[in-house]
Parts: sequence; structure tokens; C-alpha cells
Amino acid sequence: MTTVIRFARGSTIAAILMAALGLAACASKPEGPAASASVAGAAARGSAQDFVVNVGDRVFFETDSSEITAQGRETLDKQAQWLTNYGQHAFTVEGHADERGTREYNLALGARRAQAVRDYLASRGIAPTRMRTISFGKERPVAVCNDISCWSQNRRAVTVLNASS
Amino acid sequence: MRLPQLVQELQIGGTSRIAEMDEMNEPDVFTPRLQLNRRRVLGGIGVGALAMAMPRQAAAVLRLDVTQGNVQPLPVAVPDFVGVSATDVDTARNVSQIITANLRRSGLFAPIDPAAFIEKISNADAVPRFPDWRAINAQGLVTGRVTRQQDGRLKAEFRLWDVFAGQQLTGQQYFTTPDNWRRIAHIISDAIYERLTGEKGYFDSRIVFIDESGPKERRIKRLAIMDQDGAGVRYLTRGDELVLTPRFSPSTQEITYMSYGRGDPRVYLLNIETGQRETVGNFPGMTFSPRFSPDGQRVIMSLQQGGNANLFAMDLRSKATTRLTDTAAIDTAPSYSPDGARICFESDRGGSQQIYVMGAQGGPAQRISFSEGSYSTPVWSPRGDTIAFTKQYQGKFAIGIMRTDGSGERILSEGFHNEGPTFSPNGRVVMFFRDPGGESGPSLFTVDITGRNELKVPTPGYASDPAWSPLLS
Repeated sequence: MTTVIRFARGSTIAAILMAALGLAACASKPEGPAASASVAGAAARGSAQDFVVNVGDRVFFETDSSEITAQGRETLDKQAQWLTNYGQHAFTVEGHADERGTREYNLALGARRAQAVRDYLASRGIAPTRMRTISFGKERPVAVCNDISCWSQNRRAVTVLNASS
Repeated sequence: MRLPQLVQELQIGGTSRIAEMDEMNEPDVFTPRLQLNRRRVLGGIGVGALAMAMPRQAAAVLRLDVTQGNVQPLPVAVPDFVGVSATDVDTARNVSQIITANLRRSGLFAPIDPAAFIEKISNADAVPRFPDWRAINAQGLVTGRVTRQQDGRLKAEFRLWDVFAGQQLTGQQYFTTPDNWRRIAHIISDAIYERLTGEKGYFDSRIVFIDESGPKERRIKRLAIMDQDGAGVRYLTRGDELVLTPRFSPSTQEITYMSYGRGDPRVYLLNIETGQRETVGNFPGMTFSPRFSPDGQRVIMSLQQGGNANLFAMDLRSKATTRLTDTAAIDTAPSYSPDGARICFESDRGGSQQIYVMGAQGGPAQRISFSEGSYSTPVWSPRGDTIAFTKQYQGKFAIGIMRTDGSGERILSEGFHNEGPTFSPNGRVVMFFRDPGGESGPSLFTVDITGRNELKVPTPGYASDPAWSPLLS
């Protein structure tokens, strides 16, 4: 499974943008933006959907970098909190790269990004035994176009809760 | 007048097959490993009665100098081969057409439009009327014949003539099963190419690549194999698993590639004849970017260890693994020198991706790429003298070659987004893929190592990650 988001693509992007841009603001509010409130309302607490919509399942990276950004840290702190609250979930961190790199290098770069997220979550008390990493390199973009608006969404690490957990 | 005897006789068998997807279910096809019995019909050089009968022109032997920077394509005429029976006529014409297409695509030859031909070759045993061919400025002339033998096999013969000297340069005959006719055409093309350039040809070879279909976010990728000219595409996987970076073994019977199955993505070995598949090694983590050693005994690859990728080699017989690099960096895309003594690879150990060369056992590595930009996917030429690469500079992805010490960089193709070069068996041509980005997908291209003659390689769908086989015979 490469993704657990099964909304139409437009709303997926909305969810991503919310996760990327809106979380700092969201963190101090009980509810997210109105657009996602109805979706959030439908998500059972502790469910995979709850995680995606109310926590944010992904962090983004600068070009050619695997450093966790300040925004990424906020997302991962929320992820760590949620994963601590709902300890039944095992999960996989998927690392991705944008297409502006060669295939082999991007596989390793995606792995580096996944590892960075794994290390960060471990530093926040998540047991390594719950975590697995995988890299998809540039093989699974979420946004397809030839400019920065897409590339920046594709440089990501996604925390995917295992279906069985 | 008696013609010179044909010099060599090649027996090309076709007993083995490529294991392919059941839905394809095509009849047996020839495979790279063929039982090839090469025996000399004549002991000496086949300049027989004809050469002596014809007035020999001093120093007039036709030869195309391909060492010059700017090669003027040599005008050649390839009239339809003579077909003895009705069915042979079609085969004979097809053989001539494939030879024509091969020679044209090489960029070194300029096949003449058959409409200009004056003499119609209807008897392969007669000496051509050279003045007719000189009149249309053909310098080389290829005549031939296809005959069905009583045992059902196909006999194909050809003669290459130096039109201006009025003599035969080479001639061969081949026996094979009729469904091998396409391969015969490639072998004849190679014989012509070699006789006229002095270099081995590359037409009797194959490409393994990744066939791509579907939207980019959910791209389906299948292992595929085809002749170097794009004919005879066969799919080796179904597309239910993501597959990447296939590479030929020197025997051309096996492919190593990376696949996403369950668990970590791994390097696999696939026997294309039997369809048997196995993982290469039992590594704790993702293995990727595999390539065979020139002797076929080892597979070299990257192993992901945390945030770093290091190079390992595995002996395919003993299963022993050897660590070749140990850095806090991404070391990947390894490729052996043709003598197996050295390995080139890319590493970002110095900050950005650059090309390094080290001994085949590992040890200190020397950076060889120093121009502006970053360098990746190095691959060693079968000639040993150059390394081809992908170069990223100012948002563009170029394909280029450089000497093995990093000097003499030459860009062959530029733009967004070229990637992943592979050399033809003779080192004369580089194939790579180009992806225009956005919703569309990649295609395969060839370009001469001089940077000229860039051509698209026909594929049924999007195609990437090409790897050129060695010559099949």
C-alpha cells in the first residue's frame, strides 16, 4: 500500500496543504479548518483517518535534503503524541523524492528521509519495533506537474499506519 | 564466371525460449543463448576466382573511417534479397529491409532509395553489374538470397561488394529455423558493419527496459525485453510489483533488477529462459542498483543502511558478500570496468553526487568528475576508455561521456530530463531515457558517442531504464 488516503485527489491535496501549512494554527484550536471539519468529524478517534486528517501523516523536505524542517518537527511531535496515545498502531514511514534526481540516488534519498523521520519519532519515545521504513524514490509522486508546486509536495515522508494494526 | 565462395557458415539454433507472461503465450522464440557452430568453409580468406578475374584497383578497398570526428555516411545499396520460393520472397525482402534500417540508424551509412536502382538483382549467383551501381553512387552493395532447405531450415546468404573496386569484401551463409529470420538480418548487418568500419557491430543485441503505463501517481512498471531496434517486445513481469533498473548478465541469459515485493525492496535475479527468479543475497534492508561483473560471477549493488547506502558485491556461486564501501553517504550506481579490475560509482560523500573510481575489491576511491554540476549513473564503456553519465546542471539533465580519469567530458544530449545511459556492445552508441515530465512519460533514445544521430527507439508505451545486452553471438 502506497497510500491510505482514499479521497479524491483534490481533497487529498487539500489535506496535505492543511497538514503542511495549517498545523501551527490548528494546534491551538480544537478543530481544524472548516473544510476538513466534516471529514474530521467522521473520523473515529484513534483511527487511521483520524491520524491523517487531524494529525497530518506527512512531512516535507527541502530539495536534496533529509533534514526535518521546523514545520516537520511540529507535525512529527503531533504524530508522536498521537502514536503514544494509540499504542496499538504499528506503522511504516515511506520516504519519497521529487523527480529531479536520478532513480538510484532518489531511492537512497527517500530512504534517508524515512530514516530521519524514524529517528525523530524514536527520539520522541516511539518504540523502534513499531516502525518500519521504505523508500519509493521518485516512483510515487502525489502531485504531477513540471514546477515547484508539485516537486515540493513530492519531497515527503509519509507515516502510514499498518492496515492490520 | 565463378563467384568467390562464402567464407563462413553459421548454424543458428533456436531451441530455447524466453519465459514470458502466460497471457502472451507466443510460440517459441529464439533467445540470446544460441547454439552457434562457426566453422570455416574455406581455410583461407575467401578472395576467390572473382577477385582475380576482376581488375583490382590499387588501394581502393572500401573502408569507412569512424575514428574521424565527422563521419560522412557511406552510400550503400541493399536491394531485396532473392527469395527462392513464394514465402521466401517475403522473408528475403524483410531481411533486406532490416539490414537497411540497421545501417541507416547507425548514422554511418546512407542506404540508397531502391527506386534509384538500375539493376534488379534476381540471381544471387551472378556478379552484379557494377557500372549500374556506380551510376547511382553506391559504394557498398549487399546482395543475398534466402532459401528454404529440404529439412525445413532457412538458408540465408549475403555478399558485400565494393562497387568501385568491383570485388567482394565478405560473404557468409547461415542456417537457422525460419522464425530466426530477424536475427539473421541483424547478424548480416553486423558483418557488413564490421567489414566496412573495422569495428564490431551491435545489431544482434537486445535491450532490457522498464515498460511504463498508467497515470504517473500509480505508474505500472513491467520488465520488458526487445531487440535493439525495438522489435519483438516481450514482457517478463506482470506489473503487479514495481520493478526498476534491469541489467543484463554477460551471458545475456539472466537479468538482475530491483523489485518491490513484500518486505524490503530487493535485488533479484531472473533467468529469462526459465523464468526462475531468486533474491540476490539476504541483506538486512533495501538492496538496489544492481549490476553484473563482466565475468557474470558477481552482482554488485547498493545496500541501504539507515540513512546511508553502501556498495556490496555478492558472489553468485558461494553467496559470499563483500562490503566495498563504508561511508556516511549515498554510494550507488556501481559499474565495473570491462576487465573487472575497477568499479565506477556515484557518491555524495563530498557533498554532491559525483563519480568515483575504485578497485574492484573496494579501498580508496578517486573522484573523477570535477566540472560544475553533479554527476550520477556512471557506466563503463565496453571499450574501457570512457564512462557515460547523467549530469545535472542548472536544472537540466544531460547525458555525457568522459575518459576514465574524468578528462575530455563530452555532452551527448541535453534537456529535461535525460537519464541512465547504457552502451551498445561495441561502445559506439549510448542509449538512455528522456522524460519530459508532467503527466506524460519517458521514451528511449540512442545517440552516437560523437553526440550526433540522436534517434528515438520505438517502444509500445513509455519506457525507461534501458540496458543493452552484449552481442548475442
